[in-house]
Amino acid sequence: MSENKLVGAVLVIGGGPAGMQAALDLADSGFKVYLLESTPSIGGTMSQLDKTFPTNDCSMCILSPKLVATGRHENITMLTHSELKKVEGEAGNFKVTLTRHSRYIIEEKCTGCGVCAEHCPIEGTSAFDRDMAPERAIYVPFPQAVPLIYTIDRGLCIGCGICERFCEAEAIKYDMDPDIEETIDVGAIILAPGYDVYNSSKKVMYGHGAFPNVLSNIEFERMLSASGPTEGHVIRPSDGDVPKKIAFIQCVGSRDAQTPNTYCSSYCCMAALKQAVIAQEHVSGLKTTIFFMDTRAFGKEFEEYLHRAEGEYGVRMFRNNRISKVQEDPGTSDLMLSFIDGADINEESFDLVVLSSGATPPESSKALSKSLGMNMNKFGFCETDELAPVDTSVPGIYVCGAFSGPKDIPDSVAQASGAAGRAAALLADERDTLVTKKEYPEEKDVTDREPRIGVFVCHCGINIGAVVDVPKVMEYASELPGVVYAEANLYTCSQDTQKKIREMIDEHDLNRVVVASCTPRTHEPLFQNTVKEAGLNKYLFEMANIRDQCSWVHRLEPEAATEKAKDLVRMAVAKASMLEPLPQPKIPVTPAALVIGGGLSGMTAALEIAKAGYEVHIVEKEKELGGHLRDIYHTLAGVSPQETLAELKKDLQDHKNIKIHLGETVEEVRGYIGNFESTLKGGEEIKHGAVVVASGAVEYEPNEYLYGQHPKVIKQTDLGKMLANGKFDAKSVAIIQCVGSRNEEHPNCSRICCSTAMANALRIREVSPETSVYILFRDIRTFGFAEENYNEAARQGVTFLRYDPASPPTVSADDDDVVVEVDELFIEETITIRPDYVVLNAGVHPNPDNKELAQLLKVPRTKEGFFLEAHMKLRPVDFATDGIFLCGLAHSPRLIDESISQALAAAARVNTILSKPFIEAEGVVSVVDQDKCIGCGRCEELCEYGAPRLEEVSPGVFKARVNEALCKGCGSCVVECCSRAIRSKHFRSDQIITMIEAALADDDEEREAKA
Amino acid sequence: MVERSEAEQDQPSYNPRIVAFCCNWCSYAGADLAGTTRVQYPPNVRIVRVMCSGRVDPAFVLKAFTLGADGVIIAGCHPSDCHYINGNEKTATRGDFLSEFLEEAGIESQRFRVEWIAGSEGQKFAEVIRGMVSDLEMLGPVAQEVA
Repeated sequence: MSENKLVGAVLVIGGGPAGMQAALDLADSGFKVYLLESTPSIGGTMSQLDKTFPTNDCSMCILSPKLVATGRHENITMLTHSELKKVEGEAGNFKVTLTRHSRYIIEEKCTGCGVCAEHCPIEGTSAFDRDMAPERAIYVPFPQAVPLIYTIDRGLCIGCGICERFCEAEAIKYDMDPDIEETIDVGAIILAPGYDVYNSSKKVMYGHGAFPNVLSNIEFERMLSASGPTEGHVIRPSDGDVPKKIAFIQCVGSRDAQTPNTYCSSYCCMAALKQAVIAQEHVSGLKTTIFFMDTRAFGKEFEEYLHRAEGEYGVRMFRNNRISKVQEDPGTSDLMLSFIDGADINEESFDLVVLSSGATPPESSKALSKSLGMNMNKFGFCETDELAPVDTSVPGIYVCGAFSGPKDIPDSVAQASGAAGRAAALLADERDTLVTKKEYPEEKDVTDREPRIGVFVCHCGINIGAVVDVPKVMEYASELPGVVYAEANLYTCSQDTQKKIREMIDEHDLNRVVVASCTPRTHEPLFQNTVKEAGLNKYLFEMANIRDQCSWVHRLEPEAATEKAKDLVRMAVAKASMLEPLPQPKIPVTPAALVIGGGLSGMTAALEIAKAGYEVHIVEKEKELGGHLRDIYHTLAGVSPQETLAELKKDLQDHKNIKIHLGETVEEVRGYIGNFESTLKGGEEIKHGAVVVASGAVEYEPNEYLYGQHPKVIKQTDLGKMLANGKFDAKSVAIIQCVGSRNEEHPNCSRICCSTAMANALRIREVSPETSVYILFRDIRTFGFAEENYNEAARQGVTFLRYDPASPPTVSADDDDVVVEVDELFIEETITIRPDYVVLNAGVHPNPDNKELAQLLKVPRTKEGFFLEAHMKLRPVDFATDGIFLCGLAHSPRLIDESISQALAAAARVNTILSKPFIEAEGVVSVVDQDKCIGCGRCEELCEYGAPRLEEVSPGVFKARVNEALCKGCGSCVVECCSRAIRSKHFRSDQIITMIEAALADDDEEREAKA
Repeated sequence: MVERSEAEQDQPSYNPRIVAFCCNWCSYAGADLAGTTRVQYPPNVRIVRVMCSGRVDPAFVLKAFTLGADGVIIAGCHPSDCHYINGNEKTATRGDFLSEFLEEAGIESQRFRVEWIAGSEGQKFAEVIRGMVSDLEMLGPVAQEVA
């Protein structure tokens, strides 16, 4: 290989949600991916979580399909239990040396059956369970581990040879070399090593490690987990009692000048709220209290979550608190805290204390920076530029997730896609050179075969099993007509069960499969793929939703829930016996994208898609590109974005793949993934395979605090402009936060205002050191490294006055002057200021155009009117509708670097579609029986997608035919057809009726028997 | 509440059976969300998933009543939120027709409902089920001559 040749492969370091997303996006866009993970399984910190905010989704439930998808992707090679040793070369062509630590197991032979661990006599503690649970010397970190291969901990192992004797697969090999070196060639590297949880025992005053009832947040998370050390039971480690009162102490190892970590860890406030809510769900009557410095609920719909925690769950919250110490009563092991309540200091005893431990750079960060040479910031996180948030200082090496600064999962996942997009653009010419195509076995012909149904009933840990009698349901299923095999699983979605399903299909010659577990909305594709791998058409699969729609909603009625689960399984089995294999036509893809919105996000996405080699149409309703960026003169880091904007505009104008449509709007969008056709207002028709919505947001026009009535009352953006133009002149400035945010009409936080307030306050101090600056706030939410600006503002004498939203500040006119009065919460006094300017930090509100755009694209919005993504945690830039993506302020309020990350992410997601010559269509479509059709044309008239069309089958005789590529499978035409000539595949009338029959069958006898 | 529980003790318990047709994109997701947020509701409903509420043939509703359902719900996306543009408009039209038809056939109006439930409305899904169960408990079983 010559030195200058680009390599169409990428190394992703770190197998958490960010690393997996980057790997999947690249692998789906035609690149070979090596996924390096230091532990024996991918999954990262997210796999240790019980639930995720703000949806309280079960973390493992949403992560598990991703683990499996990553693990089985034909273009991803997993290098688990391995470390980076050396990197040589340059962007486009790196030679990477890895150290692969031995598991002392022959990986290809291990079946993950676990017999070895059952017999291992040596017990250590599980790192995954934060040393709160035992683990054998031969282990997998957690039951859903991917890959499901055991590892021997040679530090613990005494070499007794028992496991070797019991391993029927003969996979154990003690005399393997401990480390093997491997070299791989890649064109780019993506860093996603995540973060470490701060070691809170370093804060000795909190007694972590000394007092048994003080736990860190991650330990408590494991305790809440159904598969954790206490199986989800919340207990006091000292005596096993169920706690009645739990306190959460925030900012442990974050925002703390006594430690090196003066930054905010960004996620702990929401994590504590979530843990308080979930703990109260686990223990009835439990009271939780959170001691915050500020409540940092700044993300999408986070504030509403906070309100629910406070209002519905009664979580007590004290702001303005940094708890100084935890004292233990040695007799009871109860814990005493003193805290600030308004102007008073109170003391209270708690049964359990949870420390909200922050994020620190991962242990590997120093070694990584040494081998790769990228710049690190003063805290030891990877340094990035605000305007290039996924680029490191080394070309060809990109970064995502918490390694570039603490952040929550969706922001990490968006950055991951963004980093994948950057790598894909760099290596665009080498796409498809190193990948292999996934081959499925030939489909078995099941026509005219009697149904042989296999039923797999999931315990979902205790999610289903604790309410529904799973063995009983399984036994019931085994006796249903057509069922030849039934089994129960701890987690039906885990990789080992997928394997089991495939084996059972072979062993029992199954030709239909039913899984009774969670919802088909998240898990059907996973199981469909599994049956496909076993040679069955994917439509020979059916699901019964016995978790989301049964065990979770009937928790106090186990018997009735079990009966319902049996009914649901009976319905699924009845439908399964009538399933038929469906073909999936291949739809060609138009390799072009439509980007709606020409602000920073839209421009960034457009450029990145163009760089990856595809045609892009960017549509902007204004006569000029730039959006809000045109009005921003300083970023938080103090850089002027105007230069960047000019460059970006030029890049777009010069790029041969980009067509800019200014003063235009989209009038109509027809078609579907891969094949959209849009009409612009001016009449131009555009063909494209994907859509990016980057329609931005608007700044709130305040109608409070005399805005618009008094010249001294201005908005933050006006102040920014004034400072940029050198026209700022004032002796004192009062900045009021949360104007048009966090109120009844706009319940959520606008995310950016606290950070911009700090940036402007510091600019004022810089240009006019004599000016007094007051910031009137509810909570300061300078998350991440923006906390540094807050600290600096405080150091420079900016005065912070905390107000209660129940008695907000008042602004009154006194002729030419304005008078601000505020009831300060901490000192409980009213303070009067006569500033030269009252600056209103007006919130970010959804673009009013979103409504029309949403209807045009048939995509949903949130209650507030921002666009709603497919999944709040793991699909941050996807819409539920395939082929349509979103980014930037259209999604929710966000900072410049966050908008850029999302825009790059949307581009990468678009690339996963445009890089394919065709997409396999779904088989669920309608089909016309032309013998029955009378050619009335009702279906053609009715269908919004133009799928059914009348065609002249013989002179003068017209019959309808459905274009399978256009049909969305809604089935409306089926009902409307007067001659009953249309059939909806997979939702045939006889299939639905059989489910109704099954739903209502037997019930009479059962009810009579019970009565 | 007290009256009800006494009445329940006297009579053999009546467990109304409800068949709900839910569209995949909004109402089925709403029912899932009720689960994710652990909203509790009575276990009397059996959900049949369809891609769009517009797929629900009036024949399915009649079939359910014929087979002994005490109540039937068709649940779809809110007006103008339909994943298929306007499938739910067809549902609304058919729903009106069905309501009238069923009433004429002697099936009380409370036994058949068309509901718009969004993917974000887990609570609403639970409320709809609770409401219908309590209505049906008042009504008792479908009159024999009608069934």
